[in-house]
Amino acid sequence: MSEKLYNNLLFQSIFLMSFLILVGLLIPNWLVFVITKAIAYGLVGLGIITLMRGGLVSFGQGFVFGIGGYTAGLLGTQAGLTDAMLLLFVSFLFTGLVGLIIAPLLARYRDIFFAMLSLAFSMVLYGILIKIDAIGGSDGFVLPESTYFGIKPSSEYADYILYVVAIIMTGFISILLRYYYDSTPGLIALAVRENELRVEYLGSSAFNVAVLNFTIAAGLGGMGGALNGIALGHIDPEFTYWTTSGEFVFISILAGYLSVPAVFLAALLLELVRSFSGRYFPDTWQLILGLFLILSIIFIPSGIGSFFKQFFDRLKKSK
Amino acid sequence: MNFFRQCLILISSILISLLTFVGISNADGHKGFKLGVVTFLSGPAAEPFGVPAWNGGKLFIKLLNEGKVPAPYNKKGFGGMKITAIPIDESGGATKQVQEFRNLVQRDKVDAVLGYVSSGDCMAIPSVADELKALTVLYDCGTPRVFEDASYKYVFRTAAHAAMDNIAIAKYLIEKGHDISSIAGINQNYAWGKDSWKDFSVSVKKLSPSSEIKNELFPKIFSGQYGTEISALMNSKAKVVHSSLWGGDLQSFILQAKPRGLFKRTQVVFSAGDHVMPGLGNKYPEGVILGARGQYGMMAPDTELNKWFYKSYMDEYGVFPAQPPYRMVQGLMGLKMAIEKAMEKNGGKKPNKDEIAAAFKGLEFDSPGGLVQMKLGDGHQAIQPHAIGTTAKDKDGNITVTDIVRYKASCVNPPNGIKAVDWINAGFPGADC
Amino acid sequence: MVDEILTIVLDGAIYASWLFIVALGLTFVFGVLKILNIAHGGIYALGAYSTATLVPIFYSLGMPEQLVILAMLVSALAVAIVITPIMERGILRRFYGQDEVLIVLVTYAIYLVLEDVQKLIWGMNSLYVSEPRELLGALEFGSLYYVGYDLALIGLAIFCGLFLWFVLNKTQSGKIVLAVIHNPEISGCMGVNINKVYLAAFFIGAFLAALAGSFTAPLISVQVGISVAVVIESFAVVIIGGLGSIPGAVIGALIIGMARAACVHKLPEAEIFIMYFCMAGMLIFKPKGLFQGAQARKI
Repeated sequence: MSEKLYNNLLFQSIFLMSFLILVGLLIPNWLVFVITKAIAYGLVGLGIITLMRGGLVSFGQGFVFGIGGYTAGLLGTQAGLTDAMLLLFVSFLFTGLVGLIIAPLLARYRDIFFAMLSLAFSMVLYGILIKIDAIGGSDGFVLPESTYFGIKPSSEYADYILYVVAIIMTGFISILLRYYYDSTPGLIALAVRENELRVEYLGSSAFNVAVLNFTIAAGLGGMGGALNGIALGHIDPEFTYWTTSGEFVFISILAGYLSVPAVFLAALLLELVRSFSGRYFPDTWQLILGLFLILSIIFIPSGIGSFFKQFFDRLKKSK
Repeated sequence: MNFFRQCLILISSILISLLTFVGISNADGHKGFKLGVVTFLSGPAAEPFGVPAWNGGKLFIKLLNEGKVPAPYNKKGFGGMKITAIPIDESGGATKQVQEFRNLVQRDKVDAVLGYVSSGDCMAIPSVADELKALTVLYDCGTPRVFEDASYKYVFRTAAHAAMDNIAIAKYLIEKGHDISSIAGINQNYAWGKDSWKDFSVSVKKLSPSSEIKNELFPKIFSGQYGTEISALMNSKAKVVHSSLWGGDLQSFILQAKPRGLFKRTQVVFSAGDHVMPGLGNKYPEGVILGARGQYGMMAPDTELNKWFYKSYMDEYGVFPAQPPYRMVQGLMGLKMAIEKAMEKNGGKKPNKDEIAAAFKGLEFDSPGGLVQMKLGDGHQAIQPHAIGTTAKDKDGNITVTDIVRYKASCVNPPNGIKAVDWINAGFPGADC
Repeated sequence: MVDEILTIVLDGAIYASWLFIVALGLTFVFGVLKILNIAHGGIYALGAYSTATLVPIFYSLGMPEQLVILAMLVSALAVAIVITPIMERGILRRFYGQDEVLIVLVTYAIYLVLEDVQKLIWGMNSLYVSEPRELLGALEFGSLYYVGYDLALIGLAIFCGLFLWFVLNKTQSGKIVLAVIHNPEISGCMGVNINKVYLAAFFIGAFLAALAGSFTAPLISVQVGISVAVVIESFAVVIIGGLGSIPGAVIGALIIGMARAACVHKLPEAEIFIMYFCMAGMLIFKPKGLFQGAQARKI
């Protein structure tokens, strides 16, 4: 492994993270906020991508998104826990645990059945959440303002600090994921995607791969939900609605399963398109968003990630 | 080739988004008054509330900018400043609205936000509004909890909350001598429906302790199919059926219940039943007791201001205005008065948020629906007079509202500092009727 | 007591029929094309709008009242004729053979587009066509009145289900469809034009969706936003009954319909949750639905 420094993953990531943190100081507040939100959505997308590498797509990631968000919210309002980093981490662990519990139910299914069952799970959670009036029912509830190491930042800097926290936590998770993808179990997932039967004959368990990937995806989704809730300061059952889940699937398909940064780019793109179409075409923003989805699926079918990969491959060749 | 095509697509999409940013940043440096208007433009709440409200708002803003509104609103725009409105769709849930709100304040740098029909949104927005120090006028939503559970510096609601609707209906039933020995309710399963039913049933119990609750139904919002509920209501044989359904749900309920004889067999009351009248027309049943959440539409008072508004709206859109446009215009009038009052104080400069908020507190202004007083929630929550009526056919066979009883604001609204539900439970102490 | 049970059964049957008509097209399209068509709700709304537009024209032409059913059928057919080439030929066909979930996403995008298309064509005002509902009068059951039209929906549901079953199992073209469902590749090798079968199946699915909208239109005010609930309710029916199964859709609709009616009459506070409760129970005990497993690839 005689790679040069700039080819080293860790170096690249830390460089990118510091760059983004610096950029955050220069760009307007609303863009900082939009990027934070894109990171939250990107985390969920990253979970779906992890599943996609094993040949599965979940159409119900709203399920884990909601669990993560409500975990953070309830810890904040009921237990008085307001440290953003702690909330993100606890939501990650707890939702991962929930994922581990329901994964065996889902891991037996493939393709569209997997997608629909996960969707059904998210709808059941939605049904439960709108029924429980103690936590706001369909109205949801407001989260307390978050703190960092016991300090509550003034409102001008709150957005930026959360942005920095999100970038650092997500950055390290992305690095870990990259290592996981390139490890033996991570590569087995790719093999399962190609041909599940052969993998089983070779002595690995496709079922275990699916369970592991779903658990990781759940943890990531939970963290995304918590981040989204903390950033917006409000949470409602809409987190688990099927339209929310649809957006996550779109992000991961737009990104493709080859590249981790592409997911966040896709999330940002979706966020910007939605927000600007809502601003300039308040009557027909759904039309614009729908056309954007269809066109990007038609023209970039294998995702922005494949585009990245081609680009870097060409760069290397030309050298 | 494929690769380059993709390159081109990606680059052009980045370029487009960059150009949009440039467009946005140029849009700053604005001299007039930028107003974010948030209301339903898609989804099931658009047709009954969002769109008519915005139609009224749009028209009123246009007339204000042209200076064609009668006194005391005859100054152009807001204190001479031209109003530029940025409409935003309210659908998508409270969390999405928090984000849209942030976009309006941070990206578009609006001077104020006027909006919110949904109670869920009204509960979510105020804490962000205070955090961002953004002047916010809630124009429609009903939940009393906004200013009862918390207090905010920059948030105002220019319309009375929902307790008034149901208290007034209970009083009306008794004054008109209706049999209220047994009641039943059908209300949507969320905050608005549940609060409405609670206010109504407790009020009835207070005014007539012997009355009995037969049936409490809480169907899902936007379910559209009420066959089973109608059977259950009719089987319960309650003398009065109360409902706070609205929009498409209310229209569907009426259409499905009418041929089954519900309106003939029981006295039905709709606490917010007027806003579907322009659409349903003569399909609206007779003999229904209804409120409009204020003295609006067919129950509006006979004042010059109302005649002017009613006619302007009718001329522009060909239907009469029901509650939604009245309420949005009421919000715009309150904001205009607060701004102009602040300008009187600071010598005619464009006032800042704190000056407007200070002027808004405790403000009183005339609206087409009567005198609005910002009396509750320490001057942040309005009370207003109310009216209840009964539908009947006029001599041409058209559905209209008769038997109108008007209630003073202080008769059907709690005094400052007492929660609506406590006030009802205590038997309306201090009500000035 | 008997009176109450009768009421519950009747209310449940009416609601179940409506659910079945709405879900039938969804499950059929899924069975043949393996597409979970989220835009189904959008086509339903188009059907309702088209009926609300055509029926008043029909009356204004002075046609006999009894034939209004014909106008409703025509309006559903018109929607299917317009939407099928655009959706199946124009968009979905590009994605056959790709990940099925990608296609779900495409139908979601189409759903979004259809939402605004309704607004652009028909504007924001509600439309009403309650006249057809007055056609069949009212009937008295116990102490209650039922509208004949609502009861006729039960008949329509039975007819739609039986008709589809008959076509699939008793006619030659139906058997070709079954063969394609079983194995598209081999059917293709045997000389079946798979693209044609897919087009036809999608057409039937779209027609059923539009038909559901057409026959619901007299019950409701037709306006923007009526499609949201339909997507979820038909999805729940299909999940309970099993994806792609017609008997499954019957059972799924009956379970939800009856459970809901019983709840409204006996336990109103549970009403909002009952559909999700049925779905959750099914997911835990029989995650592929009642009629899956051995019949996984049949419809």
